[in-house]
Amino acid sequence: MRVANRLVPVLLVIAALMYARAPFMVDAAPIESTMGLVQKIFYFHVPSAMMTFLAAFVCGIGSAVYLWRRSKTADAVAVAGAELAVVFGLIVMVTGPLWARKAWGVWWPWGDVRLTMTLVMWMVFVAYLLLRRFGGPGSEILASAVGVFGTALVPFVYVSVNYWRTIHPSTDVVSTLPPEMAWPFRWAIVAFLALFTALLTARIRLETNRVALEEAYVALED
Amino acid sequence: MSVIRSAWLIARKDLIVEARSRELAYTTLFFSMACVLVFAFAFVVEGRPLDDAAAGILWVAVAFAGTLALSRGFERERQSETLRALLLAPTERAAVYLGKLIGLVVLMIGVEIVLVPVIGLLFGAPVGRAPLLLAALLVTGTLGFAIVGTVFAAMLVRAHSRDVLLPVLLYPITVPVIIAGVRGTAAIFGPEPNFEAATAWLSILVFFDAVFGILALWTFAPVMSE
Repeated sequence: MRVANRLVPVLLVIAALMYARAPFMVDAAPIESTMGLVQKIFYFHVPSAMMTFLAAFVCGIGSAVYLWRRSKTADAVAVAGAELAVVFGLIVMVTGPLWARKAWGVWWPWGDVRLTMTLVMWMVFVAYLLLRRFGGPGSEILASAVGVFGTALVPFVYVSVNYWRTIHPSTDVVSTLPPEMAWPFRWAIVAFLALFTALLTARIRLETNRVALEEAYVALED
Repeated sequence: MSVIRSAWLIARKDLIVEARSRELAYTTLFFSMACVLVFAFAFVVEGRPLDDAAAGILWVAVAFAGTLALSRGFERERQSETLRALLLAPTERAAVYLGKLIGLVVLMIGVEIVLVPVIGLLFGAPVGRAPLLLAALLVTGTLGFAIVGTVFAAMLVRAHSRDVLLPVLLYPITVPVIIAGVRGTAAIFGPEPNFEAATAWLSILVFFDAVFGILALWTFAPVMSE
């Protein structure tokens, strides 16, 4: 835990410096020929989408371990993952429509697989947090089942929404980016990753302390 | 006693209770009709239903009625702590889950047998065009919905505000079932039926049932133990 305590401020400083530099790099990157200036939101939209699914995955793993092993740390990891999935998912769903309005003329392109999929997954993790908040005692175990089901849901939502209709720019856009665009993009991913790790670590620590404090109270009352 | 036999005994118990009171069958059926009526006002324009409205209304009615049946079905087990008695029974937890699942699916399919002709009648949907494919979509879709719903309804029995939490948890997780059900049914009902698309949606439903069925059997025991 002591390493984690030092890790958080270091990562936050790194993230802050990288975020401060990011707008200049995004500005210097060439303007995409077909989508124009709005395409620049991509440098923040795509990394936040990556963080959303990373957070969902973290929550799924934490939930599964907690469900079958009852490890308190795993539960703290799952909560932290779910909360981050909701936060980064919100960023995705704010930046996505801003882009869609300019690129396709509508705020919410229902035919877009990834935006709709993010909405569905976001709702699963909001439901997870609602269950923990209002489910009463023992809801951690119930929530962990939601985390496991939610993570198993990802491929199904992808396939069904994809089959429903798609207009999203294809996935291989990243590998075909010209270097002037790829660098700011990678920079943004690392900045988001630093912020993500700092928030995750801090939230896990907070949850672990909260549980320890609660147990201490219960022990005192007994 | 084998798992299948215990599951069957639990399902039979539920069905006997239901056959005597008919509470769930009547209320769920009437509720699904009320849904159809409400949606008819939204999706019938100038006397004609919008495209694919029949398929959408059918599945929304199934999902809503299913939620009602789930929460009421488990409320019954909560009233005199009979769920605890079931969990204490000398059988595997998986059998309890399967028993409740079978009871629910039988009830919901019973409701659908009445609901589908009504949809055909009210919206002019060609329900007899591919009866086997439509039945397969309804059975696999209902099963998928019930597989997830039974786990959540069972685990929420002891939770606070369970009545609101059940739909809040259930609808996002059953989104693939709803998409596949509605689009598959719409592919059959449409002016130019596309049976290939309907079969593709059916295969997604079968796959969903298999994956979530295994996951549900796997998670039910740890979720239901203190």
